[in-house]
Amino acid sequence: MNEYQWPYANEFGQTEIVESDVVVLGGGLAGCFAAIAAAERGQKVVLVEKGATKRSGSAGTGFDHWESACTNPCSRVTPKEIAEAYVDEQDHYSNGIAHYIECREGYDRLLDLERMGGKIRDTEDEFAGAEFRDEKTKLMFAYDYRNRFTLRVWGSTFKPALYNELKRLGVKIYDRTEATALLTVEENGKKRGAGAVGMNVHTGKLLVFRAKATMLTMSRPARIWLFDPDLTGLCEFRPMQSIGSGHAMGWRAGVEFTMMEKSVRAEFSAAGRSFPPYGAGNNHNTWYAATLVDARGVEIPYLDRDGNVLKTVSERYYPVKDQKFFLKGGVIDEPKYEYRGPETMPFDELMKRGYKLPFYADLSRMPDAERRVIWGMMVGEEGKTKIPILQNYTKRGFDPKKHALQCYGTGWQSASFLDQERQLFGAPGGIMHDWDLKTNIDGIYAAGDQLFASDCCGFACATGYYAGRKAAAYADTVSLPEADMEAVNAERKRLYAPLERTEGISWKELNMAISKAMQNYCGGVKCDPLLEEGLDLLKSYREEIVPQLYCENPHELMRTHEVLDILDVAEMILQACLLRKSGSKQLNFERSDYPEVDPARDRRFITLRREGDTVVEGEVPLDYFGDLETEYEKRNQNYIHAGGKSNE
Amino acid sequence: MSKEREQDWKVSVIPCSATPLIFDESLCVGCNTCANICQCDIMIPNPEKGKHPIVAFPGECYYCGACVMVCPRPGAIDLQHPVMNRAKFVPVKEEPKQ
Repeated sequence: MNEYQWPYANEFGQTEIVESDVVVLGGGLAGCFAAIAAAERGQKVVLVEKGATKRSGSAGTGFDHWESACTNPCSRVTPKEIAEAYVDEQDHYSNGIAHYIECREGYDRLLDLERMGGKIRDTEDEFAGAEFRDEKTKLMFAYDYRNRFTLRVWGSTFKPALYNELKRLGVKIYDRTEATALLTVEENGKKRGAGAVGMNVHTGKLLVFRAKATMLTMSRPARIWLFDPDLTGLCEFRPMQSIGSGHAMGWRAGVEFTMMEKSVRAEFSAAGRSFPPYGAGNNHNTWYAATLVDARGVEIPYLDRDGNVLKTVSERYYPVKDQKFFLKGGVIDEPKYEYRGPETMPFDELMKRGYKLPFYADLSRMPDAERRVIWGMMVGEEGKTKIPILQNYTKRGFDPKKHALQCYGTGWQSASFLDQERQLFGAPGGIMHDWDLKTNIDGIYAAGDQLFASDCCGFACATGYYAGRKAAAYADTVSLPEADMEAVNAERKRLYAPLERTEGISWKELNMAISKAMQNYCGGVKCDPLLEEGLDLLKSYREEIVPQLYCENPHELMRTHEVLDILDVAEMILQACLLRKSGSKQLNFERSDYPEVDPARDRRFITLRREGDTVVEGEVPLDYFGDLETEYEKRNQNYIHAGGKSNE
Repeated sequence: MSKEREQDWKVSVIPCSATPLIFDESLCVGCNTCANICQCDIMIPNPEKGKHPIVAFPGECYYCGACVMVCPRPGAIDLQHPVMNRAKFVPVKEEPKQ
């Protein structure tokens, strides 16, 4: 009972070879834009996506904020100002290159999305006359209403629009296909990308993607410390598909990473203490700047950065006198004074003053347009809100004019975690790259969340498009490399092994073991012996448990492959932690054996890559990208002269 | 003999503590559009044509709602959060008088 025949064709053992100029691995926002940029430039492009491109990726069902659209016609800031502010805000452990691209080109991508059929302005005049709306362009703004560089957008329209554009441009889409390994060749003693290997997760068919240029756009690792074998899909904030396979295959192929020692105390896991994202009372991101009240109905004051109580709702959206702008959003947590915007009174102070728990978000006390834009537009357009929150809560009877929604914990996180429960959040580590968003291996490019210190959806779209056009330019200069069939056969063996066993250990058991190991050996406070013990334990899993993994069908095989990738990423993280011999505030990195925090000698990007079984350490100065505007303009004259359009 | 040569992969429903998707059989036409859009691939088509897909991996649901968004028969699928994740809301209160 409850057992069915596998409903899809069985193509186990079959191999299809697919040739293209550019192969894009991952069909989220970054991958779609990378594919579009390359296809617009006449390249033959293949897109490989584990889910279904039309709604896959972190923003598959939407997103509501487009940050750093500094070139929109209403903006009062420059790309240089905002990109440099981000770098400064993160004490230079920041991706200046990618942030600048986001600030400079992000708005061009929004116009692309509009051309493709996405909605970026209030064309129906639902918010006519609202303070956050520009009456002429009908663009709508969030956070800083004076400087107007964060846009409120209808992100639920974006993925289907991108999908149609990919089809229109002739991009060949391989849905339900997991990318599993990078192919490389040695040319004149130098490694070069040659494409990738993948597997159809319905049929088991092996795919060999031969390409001149390869793009890694596969999000960031997850389920390293947090795993719940019951509600697996809710372990982490991002989709279950996004577990860092791009990082893992990069690591195996010798791609260089940085900041992988950074992890933060977990902020979100709806398999445990958290509530559905944006579905509990809060005043962050989507819900900024909701009115909060305490259990008695007493309003919780908003303060400016100097601690003055703000009297009106409107004041929550403006910088103070003599402040140029303030920063809010994805990676902005506790900003420096210079960039700090309005915020509710600190929790401890509220307790001291006798405010009573629980707190609630009470939109009924806000002006009509502000209430409607939070509940109905932002909650509705942000990922995982249209159905799970807006529709679901409305069915349950929630009316924002009549009800207040309870807050749990503080901030948007809706839960408190232990120090050893960690996540790659808040601009975590990733691939080290140059001004072309190229990795250390020729012909392999990266974008979106695979880059180190990545940020949000605008970041993904802008870097995706940028990397796509650089990869296209590269592909024009090289011939199609041969596929290393020995490597393909080794990969086939690795991929198929668990499906050939009839009994053994399941993917969930190994994921659980890795997560527990990482909590034990790579928790909040690190030290060399613990990290080394952790590596030793993971090595034993590799030697003793991996050969026992088994599964029943290609779907479970895909999950098994994911855990093998999680094992690789966990090892990379332990190795990265071993390399940093001091603590760092910005990297959330604490050492018991090297208690010094941010000594001058360690103010640098520590990089690591694998060469065979050896870990090769490197270092890059924090500001390796140089003056952002100058360096960008040096390399993008064609794009600038074409006015941000594709026919440069 | 190894499993792949037997050509008979099986898929079992892997139960979990939650029931993310409820189908209304009177509305669903079994078109599988929801199964095809799910990025976590938690559903398989029903062997009985015209019937709603089978949620084989309910624990892998990411609660994004794409299946409901894409459904051509509004109301045929309902997404419901695990009971523990249903946030509480209460009638609004007046600001108390000082």
